Amino acid sequence: MLTTQEWEAVLLSVKVASVAVLVNLPLAIILGYFLTQWKSSSKWILETLINIPLVLPPVVTGYLLLFLLGSNGPLGNVLENILGFRIIFTWQGAALAGAVVSFPLMVRAIRLSFQGVDSKLEEAARSLGRGPIATFGYVSLPLAFRGVLAGSVLGFARALGEFGATIMVAGNIPGVTQTIPLAVFSLVQSPSGVNRSTRLVLISLILAGVMLAVSEALERREERRELS
Amino acid sequence: MNYLSFKACHRYSTGFQLDLFFESDKLVTALCGPSGSGKTTILEMIAGLKQPQSGQIKVIEKTLLDTKQGIQVSAESRRIGFVFQDRRLFPHLNVLGNLRFGRRRREEQKDVISLDHLIEILDLTHLLKRYPENLSGGEQQRVALGRALLTHPELLLLDEPMVALDESLGNQIGEYITCVIEEWKIPALIVSHTSNLLTQLASRTILIQNGQVSSS
Repeated sequence: MLTTQEWEAVLLSVKVASVAVLVNLPLAIILGYFLTQWKSSSKWILETLINIPLVLPPVVTGYLLLFLLGSNGPLGNVLENILGFRIIFTWQGAALAGAVVSFPLMVRAIRLSFQGVDSKLEEAARSLGRGPIATFGYVSLPLAFRGVLAGSVLGFARALGEFGATIMVAGNIPGVTQTIPLAVFSLVQSPSGVNRSTRLVLISLILAGVMLAVSEALERREERRELS
Repeated sequence: MNYLSFKACHRYSTGFQLDLFFESDKLVTALCGPSGSGKTTILEMIAGLKQPQSGQIKVIEKTLLDTKQGIQVSAESRRIGFVFQDRRLFPHLNVLGNLRFGRRRREEQKDVISLDHLIEILDLTHLLKRYPENLSGGEQQRVALGRALLTHPELLLLDEPMVALDESLGNQIGEYITCVIEEWKIPALIVSHTSNLLTQLASRTILIQNGQVSSS
């Protein structure tokens, strides 16, 4: 059975990753759709900006977040003085770190699914009296739904595994900000920790495997539907 | 009164040029010509899905496009019922969902064409819960026709409505189309690359060749 610390790490990880995905989802859908519709040569600038967290070392992403959100940071200052809320060293901070690193993956998967939507169907919707927003809501989004779901699962898995950015922004406080990867890290550093961390490592493996399988299955069904 | 007046000029990067003018005061007009002559493009321009570089399009004396005056009514505000050659039924909606798709926004207007009556005329009662992938070509064509009609169009565009259907099925679709046009007196422009039942139905035929009107 799992110890209290392990249970806390698992539940916290699920909470942090779920919030990260939910926070990302609206903007990821809007950007994913926008990138398929926007035909401009300067599109690469936006794409590069979105993808930066994908190639940046997570610790550096964490450092930048810390700089922005720390008590003296431009955003952190506003948050603390106006809302009285300090995000550093909280689970919300961990969720934000997870959201930032998983965002590019989500946008990528969602954008691909919008690209798979037949633009002729969108034209048909327009000719049937639906404006651009209704066409998006009644045709494009439902047809890309599986891809949006696959992107969310992928983003969830990525946020679940985040270490570098999380430890920078939220620290490693058991029961507060200690997610599975951080708990494994702490356990390994203690005497006979390699053995004691086995259970969490197994849980990570299972979670990651399940997520990837679900995401793949969703994308395969999407491809099959397009082929048929 | 002219039901339709169309004038457009568009030069493509491939060298193909569409440059034509025609008008029609007949309820049913046929647009004929070999494939690649620009017939579908004309329909797409009337529906507002493509814009010519210059031109003027009027449906029932209402200007939908006038490049000189800078008038351009969006596709969704044009009230053109387009029955596409490839039907374009929404795969995530069943037949009833497809039929209702264009109807919602027009509900404030008096339902001249009622859903129930249309379902009966097009013989769709037993298909309402089915999804497009489980329909035959002829059934899909009837749903596409019904969906376009339920927007209460001022002009119906039919792009090769009998293509990819065998002769008897094609004739059957032709009869359905004749029936709805006569029932609701909706002006229609029918595109066909061969003369068939529908062009016989038309009281005016316009022949298009290489992007130009060759006879009318």
